[in-house]
Amino acid sequence: MAIRIPRIAPSQITPPEVFFNRRAFLAGALAAGAGGALGRAGAAVLPAAAGAPLKYSYDAADSVGALVHVPGQDEKPNTWEQITHYNNYYEFGTGKSDPAEYAGQLQTRPWSVAVGGEAEVTGSFPLETFLKPYALEERIYRFRCVEAWSMVIPWVGFPLAQVLKQFKPTSRAKYVAFETLYRPSQMPGQRVPILRWPYREGLRIDEAMNPLAFMVVGLYGRVLPNQDGAPLRLIVPWKYGFKSIKAIVRIVFTEQQPETTWSEAAPNEYGFYANVNPHVPHPRWSQATERRIGASLFHERQPTLMFNGYAKEVAYLYKGMNLHEYF
Amino acid sequence: MPHIPPAPPKSFLGLSVDRRYRFIYKPLVFLACLTPLAWMAGSLFGWFGLSAPVDTVKFLELRCGKTALNLIMLTLMVTPVRQLARLPHLLRLRRMLGLFAFFYAALHFTVYLVLDVDLDWRQVAADIVKRPYITVGFTALVLLIPLAVTSTQGMMRRLGRRWSRLHRLIYLIAALGVCHFYWQEKIDVREPLVYAGVLLVLFGYRWVRSPGMWAVLAPVFAPNAARRRTAAPGTDARAPGARPLRPPA
Repeated sequence: MAIRIPRIAPSQITPPEVFFNRRAFLAGALAAGAGGALGRAGAAVLPAAAGAPLKYSYDAADSVGALVHVPGQDEKPNTWEQITHYNNYYEFGTGKSDPAEYAGQLQTRPWSVAVGGEAEVTGSFPLETFLKPYALEERIYRFRCVEAWSMVIPWVGFPLAQVLKQFKPTSRAKYVAFETLYRPSQMPGQRVPILRWPYREGLRIDEAMNPLAFMVVGLYGRVLPNQDGAPLRLIVPWKYGFKSIKAIVRIVFTEQQPETTWSEAAPNEYGFYANVNPHVPHPRWSQATERRIGASLFHERQPTLMFNGYAKEVAYLYKGMNLHEYF
Repeated sequence: MPHIPPAPPKSFLGLSVDRRYRFIYKPLVFLACLTPLAWMAGSLFGWFGLSAPVDTVKFLELRCGKTALNLIMLTLMVTPVRQLARLPHLLRLRRMLGLFAFFYAALHFTVYLVLDVDLDWRQVAADIVKRPYITVGFTALVLLIPLAVTSTQGMMRRLGRRWSRLHRLIYLIAALGVCHFYWQEKIDVREPLVYAGVLLVLFGYRWVRSPGMWAVLAPVFAPNAARRRTAAPGTDARAPGARPLRPPA
């Protein structure tokens, strides 16, 4: 029987003021040395219920954890409602509100993550075991969809680099591939061959080691709701949203560049790299500007930034590459 | 245009057909055509218990565009329905449907222009030239303008036969509209394909009803009959059962 996880009433959602105060409080607590229980030494504990509060740290002094501000841009995080009711998650349907409507039937426990390929440590791990080594932290990232809209989202998770260190990919591993759960009984979109299921994504190992690449289990300090990719998803903030694969069940280290879903479906429109790049248009539309979701009706489109504004952190990965060719 | 026998006179509230259309059907269709607008306004301002869409601009763009396309399809359905259901007076509703289609198409473009690209004319010009789906959609909108302008009784009288030739543009506009819808879709083209299917049926209906089709198909389906009939002077050399080429005088 499908368990319907109740939608969180607006009254239960942390109001932004409280949310930001708590962050300040946590930052203060960390500074005071009380952070041990919550901070980096702690092990990630992920309650099963979507929306349950998470324990995580937020270090305002950590330049990676903090949002990279761009002067003149409105970088206020989007609301919980916006982030959880405007999703591209074709496993639940191709409409933007389909995931919010249908993702509740997905059972995210028990959940296991299989790790394989060119790594010293491989095997299948229950989610609880998989998450144990990591301390949760918050990252507020810009999120840019290939459809030319964007949001600002406060994720909770841990760096992907730490996962790689845990499984010790060998020198033969050049790429890391990810796979989404395939369960048509609970993911109705998978009953339609819009894309080749299961959804697959991948990164080059050096991209995966970049401190910005982030594994996500939470949103706004709470357990990630299903429609946003629970229980475990990737966020690669300098790439278009479709690279940030959801509901991960498999991680494989490979020597060859892995097949990825969108570039397989339309190779002339979506590449393996899919870096946010205002200078390389989608064949059918421009990527030079974007519409920030939730901005007022007459708010102007804003210019899209190279690597989604994270050029300083990631540009070195693509030195010497022709980004028109490797789009 | 095939001859349609008039529907048997019915009494409805004791009103003549003319009055029924004028005082009941037309106002109802007018209100029905306004409901998408009311829905959009309701979503925007939170009326009728509707909640605001997360991406307002996309929502308005999509709603206006789809309503325009739906109304164009409806105008193309008027002829088959009035012929098949023997409701010749339905024709009186077609102008309103067409004008509302133009209204929503224009609103669709306005939302794109004002809310989506913020009146950035360079961007608009670049889009129209470089983005095929925008080129196609813009062409359809421009072609709707002469149809809207010549939709009045006076224009119909003044243009005479040229009026119906001009208004055949709607076939091209409908095809461009469906193309525009198909082309902007990222990968899930099921819905635009449904529109394309309906359009094909509507085109097919007209083709089947046109004398031109029999000229093409008769030799294929009944070659012998055609030949036999050609041999007999003074007979209609087309398939049996075909309607006369000209309506009887």
